[in-house]
Amino acid sequence: MKTKIFPIFLIFTFSIIFLVFYKGLQNTNVYTPTIKSEIKIPNFDAKEFFSKDKINSDQIFIGSDYYLLNIWASWCVPCKEEHKYLMDLSKKENIKIIGQNYKDNFDNAKNFLINLNNPYDLIFLDDDGTIAIEWGAYGVPETFLIQNNKIMKKIIGPLNEKLVFEIKELTQ
Amino acid sequence: MNILKFLISGIFLIYCFSSDLKAKNLEIEITKNLRCLICQGQSVYDSDSEFANSLKILVEKKLNEGLDEKQIYVYLKDKYGDWILYDPGFSKNTYFLWLLPILMFVFGGAIILRKVILKKKKL
Repeated sequence: MKTKIFPIFLIFTFSIIFLVFYKGLQNTNVYTPTIKSEIKIPNFDAKEFFSKDKINSDQIFIGSDYYLLNIWASWCVPCKEEHKYLMDLSKKENIKIIGQNYKDNFDNAKNFLINLNNPYDLIFLDDDGTIAIEWGAYGVPETFLIQNNKIMKKIIGPLNEKLVFEIKELTQ
Repeated sequence: MNILKFLISGIFLIYCFSSDLKAKNLEIEITKNLRCLICQGQSVYDSDSEFANSLKILVEKKLNEGLDEKQIYVYLKDKYGDWILYDPGFSKNTYFLWLLPILMFVFGGAIILRKVILKKKKL
């Protein structure tokens, strides 16, 4: 009796371990934070990009139906790639596009906007990257769709045609 | 008198230095328990990525604002989820993780106990 239970138990245990690890092998090992939607936007103080005036987030997200917060930097290559989509979305009247200039050099950022055009209705500075953490972001570019002071959709990485279409659908 | 002044100023300096060191130590302790999301597998303390550097500044800021260690963890967990903590708290996602060693201990103990009892019976 004893000799029978032990091998069965062993095989059973090892097959479970094998299954768990085999499944784990196919998982991606890069973690992205779960996207909690419908959370309130953070409150923060920042400096306006051109005038360097201090503004509070309450003054930024007021008066429009939808906001698209885009975290960007001139040194970020994917930001250049997604720029045309932002230009496209800036034509939509019910969305205000807000830029958050992340850890950037002012002259480089200005040249970036001169060369590629400025899709933003307003830009504020995030020199030390702490405002990005308030948003729960961890890199550039990241984009947030905001309605009624709540985050509707969070996009990690550059925008693409499909995502722009989704945004347009959501803001109909 | 001069010696006394010297002593007092010395003690004061040491006191300032040590309290400053204490705050720095706490900051290091916190950032060592945070996982960098850019270079995963490294703590925020060890990492030099943009994200980690910002997080170090933020932890310092929050400590200056008067938040304690736990409040900072709660704040960051709220933004990034359990994954950011190397030492996750007890929740429905982690109860298996925390209870597994205890279960194994109890199970192993039961096996040993059974063996001992069986041996005693044989004797």
